[in-house]
This record gives sequence, C-alpha cells and structure tokens, in this order.
Amino acid sequence: MTLPLRLSRARGTSAPRQRTYVFNWAGRIGLAIIVMWCAVAIIGQWFTPYPVGKIVDWNFFGPVSAKYWMGTDYLGRDIFSRVMMGARYTVGIALAAVTLACALGVILGMIAAVMGGWFDTIVSRLLDAFNGIPSLLFGLVVVAAVGSSIPVLILTLTAIYMPGSYRFARALAVNINTMDFVTVARARGEATPYLILREIFPNIVGSVLADLGLRFVFIVLVLSGLSFLGLGVQPPNADWGALVRENIEGLSYGAPAVIFPSLAIASLTISVNMFIDNLPTRIRDRSE
Amino acid sequence: MLKSSTTWLLVAKRLGIALITLVIVSFAVFFATQLLPGDVAQILLGQAATPEAVAGLREAMGLNEPAILRFLHWLTGLATGDLGISYVNHMEISNLIAGRLANSLKLAGVVAALSTPVALCLGILASMWRGTLLDRTISILTIAVISVPEFMIATLAVLIFAVWLGWLPALSYGVDVDSLGAILRAYALPVITLSFVVSAQMIRMTRAAMIETINTPYVEMALLKGASRTRMVLVHALPNALGPIANAVALSLSYLVGGVIIVETVFNYPGVAKLMVDGVATRDLPLIQSCAMIFCFSYLSLTTLADMIAILSNPRLRR
Repeated sequence: MTLPLRLSRARGTSAPRQRTYVFNWAGRIGLAIIVMWCAVAIIGQWFTPYPVGKIVDWNFFGPVSAKYWMGTDYLGRDIFSRVMMGARYTVGIALAAVTLACALGVILGMIAAVMGGWFDTIVSRLLDAFNGIPSLLFGLVVVAAVGSSIPVLILTLTAIYMPGSYRFARALAVNINTMDFVTVARARGEATPYLILREIFPNIVGSVLADLGLRFVFIVLVLSGLSFLGLGVQPPNADWGALVRENIEGLSYGAPAVIFPSLAIASLTISVNMFIDNLPTRIRDRSE
Repeated sequence: MLKSSTTWLLVAKRLGIALITLVIVSFAVFFATQLLPGDVAQILLGQAATPEAVAGLREAMGLNEPAILRFLHWLTGLATGDLGISYVNHMEISNLIAGRLANSLKLAGVVAALSTPVALCLGILASMWRGTLLDRTISILTIAVISVPEFMIATLAVLIFAVWLGWLPALSYGVDVDSLGAILRAYALPVITLSFVVSAQMIRMTRAAMIETINTPYVEMALLKGASRTRMVLVHALPNALGPIANAVALSLSYLVGGVIIVETVFNYPGVAKLMVDGVATRDLPLIQSCAMIFCFSYLSLTTLADMIAILSNPRLRR
C-alpha cells in the first residue's frame, strides 16, 4: 500500500499536480470501444436504419447483406438496429446498477471503517452473508418472486454487487484510517463526515474507480445471463442477452442473429477489462 | 505438521460463521420469495375460486401463521429433508429433486475431475515461464473466457463442435443414452463449456498464487545458487504454494454453481438448475426455494472449504 502515502503527499500542497496520464495502445483501444458503445447507447436510437420492432424481411435468420448489416432475426427484424437499441438496455442498466452499488458500498464502507465498533461488525457480517449467495441465483430468486422490470433489475443487480464494493472500500478505508493525517484530523476535532469526505475518500477514489470498472463487467455478465434465461429485459424490448436468447434457434444454422449480439457483449466486457488492466498505475494502485 | 489448538479454534470459528451465513441466506431466500404480490392460495385456485375455498386452502397451507413461524417451519423441514410440495404438480419436492441432483452432481464431478489437473498444469507452467509467449497466450485466453458470459462459451462450443465440425449433436440431451458413445456425446458439450469457464478461473488464480511464492526471497535465493528454473519452481516454490493453490481450486469450483445454471438451460440438461429455471417460469415457489438452498449450500461449502484450507496452510493467518 504505497498509494495513500504518495497521494497524501500530493494533497494539501498547492503545487500543480501532473494530470497527464499516459495510456498504452491496449488501454486506448479499450477506451475507444467503451466510448463507442456509450455513444450508441445514448444516441443510437435516432440512427437505427430500420424501426426496431418492424419486420423488414420475410426471410428469417437472414444472412449478412448490404441491406441488413448483421442479418435478420427469427421474425425477420433487422439485427443491426436491434443491437443498437440493445446497447441502451445493457449499458444503461449495468451503468445505473454499478453506480448505485458502488456509491452505496463505498459510503457504507467508509462509514464502517471510520466508526468501527458494533456498526462495523454488524454491517460487515450481514453483507458477507449476502456474498454467500451466488449472484445469478440471487437474481433468479428475486425475479421469480417479484417479476422482471427494469427498476427491479437495477435494484437486484445493485443488491448483488453492493457487498463486494463495500468490502473493497472498507478494506482500503481501514488502511487509510490508521494514517497519521487522519489521526491529526481527529485530534483537530473534525467530525466523522469531514473525515470521510475530505480525508478518506480522496485517497481511495482511484482504486474505487478501477473496482467500479471490474464490477461493471460482472454486472453486464449477470444481466446478460438473466436475460438469456428469459428473466431480464422483457420482450418486445431486448438487451443483448435477450437478443441471443430470442435467436438461439438460429444457432444450428450458424445465423448471424446469434453471433452479433454475443460479439457485442464480448467487445464491451473485454474492452472494459483491457482498459482497467492498462490504467496507469497511478490511478490503479490496487491492494492486490 | 501438528496443528495447535488455536488453529482448530479458528477453523471452528470459520465453520460457525458459515453456519450463521447459511441461516441468514435461507432467511433471505425465504423472504425474497415471500415478496410475491398476491395471495398464494388465490393464485393456486385461480380467479374462479370461491372465497371459502381460498380461506380453506390458506388454513390448510398454514398461510395464516405469521411469516417468522412459517420460516421456522420451512427451516426445520429443510433440515429433516421435508422440502414441501410443489405448487404446480403437487408432487413431493424431494422426489422431484433427487434424480436431478444426481445428474447435476455427475456433471459437476466430471467437470471438476477434468479441469482441475489441466488448469493446475497450465497455471503452474504460465507462472514458471512468466512473461513468455506461452504465459501471454494463456493470460489472454483466460481473460477472454472470463470476460464473456457463460452462455456465449456454450453457443461458441455448439457453433464449433456441432455446426462447423459436426462431431456432436447441438442443444440436445439425447434420451436414448444406451451406449457409451451416446452418453459421451450427450455429456461432451456441457462438460466442455463448464470446463472452459472453471479452468479459466483456476488458471488465473493458480498463476497468481504461484507468482506470489516465486517472488519471495528464498525462491530467488534458489535461483541465485544455480538451481534451474524448473527446479526452482517445482521443488522450492510449489510446496509452499500448495495451500493457496488448493484455496484457488475450491474457489474456482464455486463458479460451477453459476455456470451450471446457464449450461443446463442451454443444453437442456436434466439437472437441478434446469428444474429451478423451469420453476421460475411457473412460479413454483417451494421448488425455487429448495433449489436455491441447494445451490447456496454448495457454494457456501466450497468457499468455506477454501477459507479453511487457507487457514490450515498459512500460519500467518492464524495470527
């Protein structure tokens, strides 16, 4: 754990901090693909070549052609348009869930680390217990009970990944909490909120962001898994996992309708991994 | 090696934590399924049922008792093997699950037996020749496998082995498993898919555990005194990395739990996970609860086992 020391030295001094981070090519490619999918998720709606739900071709499981760039699905709908629209669900839901999970987890983790005592023990024990439920299974049980809708999906995914985020943030915060500058701040008589916001948080934010990226990948995987089982985003809407499920019949013909949504998922998750793995060590100084 | 009493105390403590966790998990599973909007008795009898019939069924099913009492009933039932009765086909759930569980365990056992030796060899090789082409290839492949969903590995396996090569039947668990060849062919795709998922995890963890040991001063010392790389890794590092590696194996095997759900669905394999996913479609809550508890139990046992191996093999964890 050398990061907190280094960062803490940078803090407080008014000298301009060096802000230029150098990314290598693998990181740049990863970032480019992430940005592309985010852009598709936000504005893709207005650029789909065909209406998403419209049957454009009588030929189901059609091949790749100049008219239909990714072929057509089991009803003869344009896959390219559906993948563009699917980005909105996959990226949107995963992003919302990961933001919620990390925000809650990090805040709770920092509070637990700073307060310690019974609060720390109880929260840690409870959340560890939740870690004892396999993630996909948790999703299955909740969806079986309350049915699937987008808010339910977001909250379920948040609940699945919040404990991990909590544990990660708490471990980092506990280390920072023993540093001299925190002790000094305590001795100054600063209140707990100040300690958390001004002393602890700035020193763990880099690692937390890297962790957020990894968790995003897991959430995308579980979300696609749920959708693939038919329990995620419900028809007529479809995220990428649901697109694979819809068209799984076409697998025996090697239809592009199965392959392209799968490729979309893979490109997103692999590029996030590539980006995180190649972050400059200054940002990504993980405790591993 | 004689373990001191404090070690066993730690192991016992870990077991106790696992037990408490299991109770909390069962609590969560039970109450998550209680969130179902609407009245179970009403759902079972349909809209046309008279209020008297609904009230009678509620009474018979014990739905009028407070939730906590029903939870305790359910928990004691679980412990004694009484899993309740399915809402959908009114069969004993223990009968429904028994055969399916054997199938799932068979699948998991074959995968574990197949992927553990391969993954250990590859992981140790990668750490031995760290930074070489071999290591990089293995790393990139494992990252690729880990970053894509399990169902994609499954579809890819079908594409390659069933569609392009035509060696295996696609998406079917043949009912006519009379000959050895047929059994092998029916098992092949699920086993291949799961093995990939589990091995990738295991290779990464094994490699990380080995590299941590290789980086210690005494292994460096072995290299400096002139031991070959093979000797350095296999004789000096490996014995000390056995604990972390065993830990990694147990942890990776817990990934089987999630993978099995997807793989059984994709390949229509008659295991517990398929039963559960079908149960979700028909909202058969007692069935879902029981299956969920089976999965949570196996997952918890594996992670607990991993922790206990870590405690037993690493004196520093005993404080």
